[in-house]
Amino acid sequence: MMTLRGEQIMLQPESDTSGTPPIVLVERLVKRYGAFTALNSVSLAVGKGEKIVICGPSGSGKSTLIRCINHIERHDSGRIVVDGIELRDQLSDIYSVRREVGMVFQSFNLFPHLSVAENCMLAPVKVRKLTRAEARDRAMTILRKVRIEDQADKYPGQLSGGQQQRVAIARALCMQPKVMLFDEPTSALDPEMVQEVLDTMVGLARDGMTMLCVTHEMGFAREVADRVVFMDQGMIVEESPPETFFQAAKTDRARNFLKQIIR
Amino acid sequence: MSELDFTVVLRAWPYLLSGLQFSLALTAAAFAVGMVLGTTFALIQHLEVPVLSRLVRIYITLIRSIPLILVLFWFFFLVPTVLGYLTSGGRPIPIGPTYTAFITFGLFEAAYYSEIIRVGLRSVNKGQFEACQALALSSFDTYRSVIMPQVLKVASPIILSQTIILFQDTSLVYVLSLTDLVGAASKMAQLNGRLVEMYLTVAVIYLAICSAASQCVAVLRKRNELPRVVRQ
Amino acid sequence: MFDVLFERGLDGRPYGLYLLSGLGWTLVLAFFGWWIAFSIGIVVGVGRTASNKIVSIASRLYVEVFRNIPLLVQMFLWFFVLPELLPSAVGSWIKQMPPPWGAFIPALVCLALYTAARIAEQVRAGIEALPRGQSEASAALGLAPSQAYRFVIVPQAMRLIVPSLTSEVMGIYKNTSVAMTIGVLELTAESRQISEMTFQTFAAFGSATLIYLSLALCAYQLMTYIDDKVRIPGTEVIKRKRSFSDVVAGAKAPAP
Repeated sequence: MMTLRGEQIMLQPESDTSGTPPIVLVERLVKRYGAFTALNSVSLAVGKGEKIVICGPSGSGKSTLIRCINHIERHDSGRIVVDGIELRDQLSDIYSVRREVGMVFQSFNLFPHLSVAENCMLAPVKVRKLTRAEARDRAMTILRKVRIEDQADKYPGQLSGGQQQRVAIARALCMQPKVMLFDEPTSALDPEMVQEVLDTMVGLARDGMTMLCVTHEMGFAREVADRVVFMDQGMIVEESPPETFFQAAKTDRARNFLKQIIR
Repeated sequence: MSELDFTVVLRAWPYLLSGLQFSLALTAAAFAVGMVLGTTFALIQHLEVPVLSRLVRIYITLIRSIPLILVLFWFFFLVPTVLGYLTSGGRPIPIGPTYTAFITFGLFEAAYYSEIIRVGLRSVNKGQFEACQALALSSFDTYRSVIMPQVLKVASPIILSQTIILFQDTSLVYVLSLTDLVGAASKMAQLNGRLVEMYLTVAVIYLAICSAASQCVAVLRKRNELPRVVRQ
Repeated sequence: MFDVLFERGLDGRPYGLYLLSGLGWTLVLAFFGWWIAFSIGIVVGVGRTASNKIVSIASRLYVEVFRNIPLLVQMFLWFFVLPELLPSAVGSWIKQMPPPWGAFIPALVCLALYTAARIAEQVRAGIEALPRGQSEASAALGLAPSQAYRFVIVPQAMRLIVPSLTSEVMGIYKNTSVAMTIGVLELTAESRQISEMTFQTFAAFGSATLIYLSLALCAYQLMTYIDDKVRIPGTEVIKRKRSFSDVVAGAKAPAP
């Protein structure tokens, strides 16, 4: 790992020893909103099966970073390569990437007019071209894994926040993605519902899914992460394995941040 | 397709202009009467005045359920009769189509403005009323200096939108054979036989005025928007 | 008071039948006008929110033109002006259409296109009221924009705008009266005829008024029924009961 002032360039993800190319590669990414620079030349490489937790103060660009990876936000310059497909402005490439990348939002964004099962079946039927029967089978299997299959015919408005977020995770999983992106999945939940969602995410991690999570849940990071990425003001300030990060963070900014959130 | 000759428009222009003046005058009068009456109606309903608010509600619902043309016919027939009752006790006073039109549009628009203002009144924060009470302000001052200014500011885009519709609706005085912009064009067309040019011109005039006014509505809306939170 | 309806007019028919005939034209004009307007309105409304510049500008132009010219003037344009602007063969064919249809068809086209512009604005408002997360989630799942619109955005937007659409339905029934200026003998026209022939003004206009009120009540019932039918389970708490007079708004202006 080389450290230039304010800029980290990962040449090889540390947990990857086989020499296979990273499944997500971000190089010198820049994203601006008018005069405000949200991402200032960010570079990151994620290997298959790796779990990355991204944290940092608000405004650091962490949500923007993962929203660029599936092109929900369009980057201004730099490269993003997902599963060998480079994200430029080619529509077909963007769709290909979105098929292989699942996303879980802070505000769930379930489709309120469809039942839980139908939420999970919509994309497999319309995008992966499954039959409704196949899609329903897959939906029920995954809803079972997430332990919410008894709500399959209920509507999102009838579920609690924690249940809705688990359905959102199931919906993304029904597309059988290679990478899962999590954008502060528990920030909008009441405290007593956070654990059920984290447990689901831990289960997913143990099954070998490649995950990028923006979260403040440090317990989750300690348990599951291969690497913790700390961002501030649009740049990656520090990147290390969780034990190193939590016990002996290298930079002052990271240490200050940890002091504030771990009491 | 016969030749179009728009020079007739130039020659008819003064007459068209006088028709437009009538339309604008009617709009202005209806706006003034409608807003005053509408505010009164809205306050009566908002304050839940015993018998009156019921009557007002019935009036508004009635007026808004039937076409404007029918309302024009009703008032054309009723206004002289009612005025007759009120003044000399009996004989209907023939007041002619122009004044009937002015009164009718004012009373008609009052029903629509009243609803806009009533919704605005409902949306004012309860805390505003409580603060006025704590300061021992009279009801009159409360509404006059605190509540109504806020309501009017927030509702101004919708009020302007309604006024644009009112301006378009004034064209319906055609059925009373009054000379507004459309009436003027129609009369001119009978004289010079140039229906196409006359009506196209009228359409363009309305389009220009109403589009410009719609832009103002958009500007008013933008000004009322809460400041946007900067993206994090 | 309403016995005039049973008297007979010059052609031997009771005046009540005049009213019924007028009501018939009103209903036909409004019914077919509505469905044409609804189809066009959804397309233009979605077009207003499209990311394709050409589509969104074209939709914007359509709405601006048809909303900023009074309905009366539009009627005149379709009835008087259009036949003159078309090639003379087509123009003559239009002008020779037999009496009821010669006025009815332009009135229908005019009313439909005018109402479509208003519906388009309601649809646009409904789409823009949805949280951004809905289109983001659809995109993240790999749905193409057309699929997102068809299965996620439009179904929700339509449910949001059921109340304002009902106001538009009432609006179209009231706007059919403008067709009388080009010779369609709808309800208001017939009631005026009766009043002029019998001088029983109160009875004539009163009957028409009662009929329009009944139509408004029907629209209110229909809306309550549709609202219940398409209700998304789990949203009962949020819905506010709309009173009859709210529905009857008709000419209330949506956002430009």
